[in-house]
Amino acid sequence: MVSCRRQGYDPHTMSTLMRALTLVLAILLGASAVSAQDARIEAAKKEGKVVWYTSLALPSAEKVAKLFEAAYPGIKVDVNRTGSERILSRVMQELQAGIKNVDVIHTSDAGHFVLLKNKSLLTKYTPAGVDRFPAGFKDKDGYYYGLRATVNVIAYNTKAVTAAEAPKTWKDLLDPKWKGKMVTAHPGYSGVIATHVLALVNQYGWDFFKQLAQNKLMLVQSAVDPAGVVASGERPVAVDGGEYTFYQTRKKGNPVELVYPKEGVPLVVSPTAIAAGAPHPNAAKLFTDFSFTREVQQVMADSEGLYTGHPEVKYPTDKPKLSDLKLLSVEPEELEKRNEEIKTRFVEFFGA
Amino acid sequence: MSRVLAAAGAPRRWTGVDRALPVWAAVVLALVFLMALPLGWLVWMSVGGGRGLSLRHYLAVLESPAMVKALWNTAVLAFWVGLASSAVGAPLAWLTARTDLPLKGLIRALVLASFVTPPFLGAFAWVMLAGPNAGLLNVWWRDLTGADGPLVNIFTMSGLVFVVTTYTFPYVYIMVANTLALIASDLEEAAAILGAGRLTVARTVTLPMVAPALASGFILAVLQALALFGSPAILALPAGFHTITTQIWSLFQYPPKVEMAAAVSMPLLLATALLLLVQKRLLGRRGYAAVGGKGGQRRHIALGAARWPALAGCLIVMACAIFLPYGVLAKAAVSRAWAQPLTWSNLTLHNISFTFLEYSATPAAVLNTLELGIATATIGAVLVALLSYVTNRRLIVGHQLVAFLAFAPIVIPGVVLAVALFIAYTRPPFVLYGTLAILFVAYLTKEMPVGYAQSDATFRAIPPDLEDAGRILGAGRLRILRDVTAPLARSGIIAAWCFIFIGVIRELSASIILFTPATKVMSVVIFDLKEEGQFGAIAVLGITMLLLTFATVALVQHVLGRDVLGVRD
Repeated sequence: MVSCRRQGYDPHTMSTLMRALTLVLAILLGASAVSAQDARIEAAKKEGKVVWYTSLALPSAEKVAKLFEAAYPGIKVDVNRTGSERILSRVMQELQAGIKNVDVIHTSDAGHFVLLKNKSLLTKYTPAGVDRFPAGFKDKDGYYYGLRATVNVIAYNTKAVTAAEAPKTWKDLLDPKWKGKMVTAHPGYSGVIATHVLALVNQYGWDFFKQLAQNKLMLVQSAVDPAGVVASGERPVAVDGGEYTFYQTRKKGNPVELVYPKEGVPLVVSPTAIAAGAPHPNAAKLFTDFSFTREVQQVMADSEGLYTGHPEVKYPTDKPKLSDLKLLSVEPEELEKRNEEIKTRFVEFFGA
Repeated sequence: MSRVLAAAGAPRRWTGVDRALPVWAAVVLALVFLMALPLGWLVWMSVGGGRGLSLRHYLAVLESPAMVKALWNTAVLAFWVGLASSAVGAPLAWLTARTDLPLKGLIRALVLASFVTPPFLGAFAWVMLAGPNAGLLNVWWRDLTGADGPLVNIFTMSGLVFVVTTYTFPYVYIMVANTLALIASDLEEAAAILGAGRLTVARTVTLPMVAPALASGFILAVLQALALFGSPAILALPAGFHTITTQIWSLFQYPPKVEMAAAVSMPLLLATALLLLVQKRLLGRRGYAAVGGKGGQRRHIALGAARWPALAGCLIVMACAIFLPYGVLAKAAVSRAWAQPLTWSNLTLHNISFTFLEYSATPAAVLNTLELGIATATIGAVLVALLSYVTNRRLIVGHQLVAFLAFAPIVIPGVVLAVALFIAYTRPPFVLYGTLAILFVAYLTKEMPVGYAQSDATFRAIPPDLEDAGRILGAGRLRILRDVTAPLARSGIIAAWCFIFIGVIRELSASIILFTPATKVMSVVIFDLKEEGQFGAIAVLGITMLLLTFATVALVQHVLGRDVLGVRD
């Protein structure tokens, strides 16, 4: 757009006719440049809603949706919250049946986005302001960007376990004294957990999980759920789970404490992207831009306890900075490639 | 008289092949869409689905230890649920039908409540009651005894059997209680006069007479347990084991293994068909001349001092089925942390406001559920009314076949039906996946047998004499239908409507495979919330579902003027 206008004012390369035509075009485009955002908002309002498949914890997702609806009255956010792996299944099933329903896809399994990108199921779109995000939050091809991040931690119920007794390292979880006392979420449901499992497999091999399974863990699905299980006391120790969910649970006054093992904590960056066949493309772009604004990113850091890629976001003081932690990262490509392996081996060891 | 004529095959004036044709066309078309097409696809997929006929999917099932284990778990679950349901349902039926047990009306009402409670809600409530550590019963137990271990652990096979039984024993109860109500007391009294003790009478006279009903109730309970999805998903998965239904469902994860799901559906389908065949044989044996006669009186046996322990036993069953689960759901609905005592600081209305005001999936799901419930019930009731009218009045050639076909879907478990519909309607020529239509088809197929049974009973009870009288007086058939038959059948058809409606709003096992985010229903939303551990919201939605159900039941009781379970005093 900008280059077009510059050309329009260059008298040497253009015939008069061309110049006149270009001038008209430039005025039109210039006008639209000024009101590009307004036009998008108008178009988005006509679309009326944006359909968001998200793995963000339900209350957090609804909060982001309400913020957007307040900022852009007339555009409804249709929140469909389920586990990352369920979201992928949904997206692929809908695709196969030729259903166009989803606009914005947000899961915690970065491998999904590699898969979707390779299958040409994503729209290339760079949200406003993400150029300042760290490299780990950006797809090199420009299809998906990390909306939020969390790490996996160990957590325990302080009424049932003292700080001295509590496991300090991942290997501590293999101690038979925890038999029947631990809970894990499921990599067949949660992208946070799928990432976690791969990170630890890279560190310790599958043998770690084989041994862990000997301790007869309770299996829940979502990476959100272990926090509730530990808080209620149903199992005193969680061997994984999104740090932000434990943080929120503790903040609400539940007897929950977090352990960040020194060997490192698996980092989970959860990307977001716009679907290729998005039925509400303008609303999708508006919503994506909005979710990367400092305002929303700050909400995620504050009340939800997530990490983000936004350089200006301030974090609560009662939790460690990302830079203070030793992070175990996983490449999205590897996650994509080993998706099936992660699920089948986990089921093999844990039974379901 | 006219019935005898008709039975003898005497031609009625208005019987004709021309009239039969459109009816048959409609029936055949409906059945093709509801059953033949999906089941055909299911079988086709299981044997290779166009990539060359082979049994490799079946072999893959047999070679996978996980699949074999799931099959075994399902067999274990179903058998024990059948047994336990019989052990609970039969004595309860006897107590309420044949003795002077106090508060019989209340017990019957509670059995009905257990019958209509969605089993997955019960399972969910029992997680809060009997989770080994946080479960309220276990907490009380520990406080009371100072014991270390839990009283009960619901995340086990026996826990699963227990919870499923709690909501399955009414099937046995209904079968046995209805039979007991038909047996005259003469034989029992004769035995008593000849000097037999109460127990001997029960063992040698009463039991043999109700045996077919009991066996049939056992089979119904087994079938329920085989087809169940929600309870195993809530109780077995956390414990690290699968049943067939949860295994089939997990095969739909990306990358989906639909062929394998089709193959593993077959044992379930065959087992169901076989068991129903056995049940039909059992009930079909009318060697029990003493059952079903109109004569004779049914006297109540005086329990004497045993009345109160008997009542206590009944109430313990009801505590497990109703009082405790409903109580804990109500508690979870209004508390911040369900595991904590219900103090002022723990009380909140947030769960309710979150569920209805903030959670954006709720309104659409409630609307979808109601829409599907009303549509399925209305169209289903009209359909079963027409079918049962046609079959009862023998209006067309081959009416027996129509009756059989209307009842046939009962052999298809919900999950299997869903797999079949998924395969059939995610591809051309009929792409219904992603619309409410596919759920409608699933629900209509699944609920048709129940609706048909109800409306069949209605038309059976209306003698054709009145219609004949009308014809003699010169009225046309349509006029008779409007002025004579319809008013008589009305309440029965409304009851059929309600049965279908109740079945639809609680349906989970088929919905969980067929829904898309745009077509979520309440049961699926509850299941979604379960996977995230949002106890408060589940409790609120669950109670909403229960209220809807009970309102519908009250409507049936009102229009029928009797007990929904069909049990007479």
